[in-house]
Amino acid sequence: MSLPQSFIGRIIFIIEKYGMSMLKGAGTTLVIALIGTIAGCIIGFIVGTIQATPINKKDSILKRILLRFVKIVLDIYVEVFRGTPMMVQAMFIFYGSAVLFNIHMDMWTAACFIVSINTGAYMAETVRGGILSIPDGQTEGAMAIGMNHFQTMLYVVLPQALKNIMPQIGNNLIINIKDTCVLSVIGVVELFFVTKTVSGAYYTVFEANTITMAMYLFMTVVLSKLLRIIEKKLNGPENYSLSTTDTLAYTSGLLKYPSKEEQHEKEYNRS
Amino acid sequence: MKKSIIEVKHLKKSFGNHEVLKDINFSVKPGDVTSIIGASGSGKSTLLRCINLLETPTSGEILYNNEDVLLSKNIPSYRAKVGMVFQNFNLFENMNVLQNCMIGLTKVLKLDKEKAKKESLFFLEKVGMLPYVNAKPRQLSGGQKQRVAIARALAMRPDVLLFDEPTSALDPQMVGEVLSVIKSLAKEGFTMIIVTHEMAFARDVSNQVVFMSDGVILEKGTPEEIFVSPRNEKTRIFLDRFMNY
Ligand SMILES: Nc1ncnc2c1ncn2[C@@H]1O[C@H](COP(=O)(O)OP(=O)(O)OP(=O)(O)O)[C@@H](O)[C@H]1O
Ligand SMILES: [Mg+2]
Repeated sequence: MSLPQSFIGRIIFIIEKYGMSMLKGAGTTLVIALIGTIAGCIIGFIVGTIQATPINKKDSILKRILLRFVKIVLDIYVEVFRGTPMMVQAMFIFYGSAVLFNIHMDMWTAACFIVSINTGAYMAETVRGGILSIPDGQTEGAMAIGMNHFQTMLYVVLPQALKNIMPQIGNNLIINIKDTCVLSVIGVVELFFVTKTVSGAYYTVFEANTITMAMYLFMTVVLSKLLRIIEKKLNGPENYSLSTTDTLAYTSGLLKYPSKEEQHEKEYNRS
Repeated sequence: MKKSIIEVKHLKKSFGNHEVLKDINFSVKPGDVTSIIGASGSGKSTLLRCINLLETPTSGEILYNNEDVLLSKNIPSYRAKVGMVFQNFNLFENMNVLQNCMIGLTKVLKLDKEKAKKESLFFLEKVGMLPYVNAKPRQLSGGQKQRVAIARALAMRPDVLLFDEPTSALDPQMVGEVLSVIKSLAKEGFTMIIVTHEMAFARDVSNQVVFMSDGVILEKGTPEEIFVSPRNEKTRIFLDRFMNY
């Protein structure tokens, strides 16, 4: 089969011949980016929450030392993975784990692992900032009704922080879709790897990369629109409806306010 | 004589080298409504926050049913018994009105959902916020937010309720709705400690008034003693200024 003369013709030629493998490469890119972003967010939430935990003078000495130690370790993690290129990290981890520990990761594991811990390092800082941006009043309100630190974080602070950092999570997903291309250095067959192969086969670098550009752009645009929708959902409805007593199926006779004695009795039953 | 439910003894609190509370002593019996009045910066909020352990006192004792809470291992369970209503409401922004009231019941008191909902609705009705159960805090007026905050605190069925200037952040026309809720609670015999700048309200609602100045209690007594015939010169000056404005 010979290569058509026109630019459009060559693009059609590549799509017909390599369309499927390029789609498969794009699929790989998407899956790695998604897994990496989700796992990275989980790592980021855990690390960021620990980083934002104040060291309390009233805690036992052991707890304070432990917390300080964990914080230092996590600090090093964040600095190392934010401060070095992902491409170098990929080589370092993939070949390093084989040489040093004799662990031979398969491509998928290596790819997801690298993207996850890289995203985790970025998200940790974002989450920490998100937590610090929630007004103290929210924490005090929660503590005043008897919530412990963990409950306060889980039910009050983190949900609000999550809402605030949704745009950042979206950003990370977009970045991950683009940056998985560096994983081609360890042989992950994602979109960019496929593109290199295709352009090499017929010397159609420009044409192949035009198609690839369009595919990356399509993925990032669709996903950012999708994330906008999720953001809106998290914001909740703009309006609320006034409830009437029947929609609540609430009969005021069901519960009478107990006298002091009854209240005390109740407490004993409760505990 | 009835036993004290809260007793503050030789309480001191410093921020750095700024001694904000200097040897505070007072006690509250079940059913007491105690108003704390005094000039801005005299340490009223700090005192209330110390009682709820949102601030850690520098020294002294806070006895709750005769036990020093500063030695307590389980501070959250003490806080669940001593409710707090804040000047800025501090409603959870990520929850609607009903969820704000329910969360403490389900997560702290471990009531089941059904029960928690019934209790919450009961107290929301009490403060007149039943129609707004689905609203988010940001969709409410200040007075409505504060009434929800009161319902949230009440739903925990605390033994003592602390109020830190519950109406200071409100427009004048909303002050009344919140004060009347607190008054009705006083009638029902709730034990309350209220920091307020509303002198007429303090006089009507409380059976003990505490006047603070520069981190000490200068005078305490019945509303008549404080408002009609204050013994301390500073109390008189403070009240005069208030009545004139
Ligand atoms: N977290 C803090 N760090 C340092 N100083 C503080 C802190 N909180 C309060 N203070 C200081 O303690 C003093 C008493 O403050 P507090 O808020 O208790 O006064 P207040 O009587 O409640 O006044 P207001 O009527 O204006 O609310 C003030 O001088 C204040 O600057
Ligand atoms: Mg104050």
